[in-house]
Amino acid sequence: MNRLNVELKFTAMLLAFAAAIPLTASAQQKLLPAQSEIAFVSKQFGVPVGGKFKKFDAELAFDPKKADAARVSFTVDLLSADIGNNETEAELKKPGWFNSAKVPQATFTSTSVKALGGGKFEFAGKLAIKGISQPVVVPVTLTQNSGVTKAVGSFTLKRLDFKIGDGEWNDVSIVANEVAVNVKLALTGIAPL
Amino acid sequence: MITASFAVGLYMVSLTMSPSRIKLYNWHKWAGMTILTLAALRLYWRLTHRAPSLSASMPRWQAFAAQATHIALYVLFFAVPLTGWMYSSAAGFPVVWFGLIPLPDLVGKDRELAELLKPFHWMTAYALASLVVLHILAVVKHLVMDDDNLLGRMLPSMNGEKS
Ligand code: HEM
Repeated sequence: MNRLNVELKFTAMLLAFAAAIPLTASAQQKLLPAQSEIAFVSKQFGVPVGGKFKKFDAELAFDPKKADAARVSFTVDLLSADIGNNETEAELKKPGWFNSAKVPQATFTSTSVKALGGGKFEFAGKLAIKGISQPVVVPVTLTQNSGVTKAVGSFTLKRLDFKIGDGEWNDVSIVANEVAVNVKLALTGIAPL
Repeated sequence: MITASFAVGLYMVSLTMSPSRIKLYNWHKWAGMTILTLAALRLYWRLTHRAPSLSASMPRWQAFAAQATHIALYVLFFAVPLTGWMYSSAAGFPVVWFGLIPLPDLVGKDRELAELLKPFHWMTAYALASLVVLHILAVVKHLVMDDDNLLGRMLPSMNGEKS
């Protein structure tokens, strides 16, 4: 009886240990796509028209306590844009807009990260869409809850800086130049704030 | 105004995507919303003011047809712009009246629902257009063939029967 008990405990310990190994190995930081969202809102003739990207991924090396050393990069699959309207989506893929058949991805690569205190950070980096790269600064607020870090940030880009909506569409009184981008990310493996 | 909305509606859907198409779509929606407002005012007026009674010499079937047409017209005055508004909401395009007044979405953004609603808008619009044509033909018939002073009743300034 007693012996069996000890053996069981030992096995349980071994199992727990084995289970813990992949856990420590995956201290690697990850994006949880299902709980994350990259959305945008533009204005057509004063009418707000919003959409979301369904596919994106991130590579992170980020310690909130050593923000200066952080490296963050993003890829967004432009073909995955969901506007809720087939006609507009078809239009968006065209060369004048995203040209997504040719350059299917947008990327963001951080150049410097600043900690502002209170869970607030400023990610400066290069945003590349359609092969055109422009500097952007994204203020981000982090909150943590049971191992998951939520990052919320937004910024406004000017679509014509990236030649999005070139040619006949460059009239900003029809489609506004400003596009608001709202990012909500759920991350695992980030060290405590 | 309804004729213009109808014509613009027909024309705009035939265009390929372009900046002017977006303008036309919005003008169409603004005009449509204006019609909806006018329809509401008109209905209010109609409910608070009795319509002049029909001439006694009018055959019963005509009186019935006129009544039915009027009711159908009122229903469609609302149904056409409302289905347009609902379709627009479902398609993810809120209506901003005259580019100034954002109106609430009638339904949430929903791709399937939008496809479902779309035929209702053009069907009601076609029905409204047919009724308007029918109605005008009927008026012309009264004017030309019957000479029963039907139009006079509509315009107080003309020396028709006292309403
Ligand atoms: C009495 C008022 C209105 C009339 C007579 C009217 C008539 C029409 C007609 C004839 C079409 C073309 C349908 C087709 O052949 O496919 C159309 C399309 C359309 N209407 Fe209206 N309409 C009215 C009000 C509105 C309103 C108030 C809205 C929105 C707020 C609206 C939104 C639309 C939209 C979005 C389309 C395009 C549908 C598509 O993409 O196929 N309409 N309308």
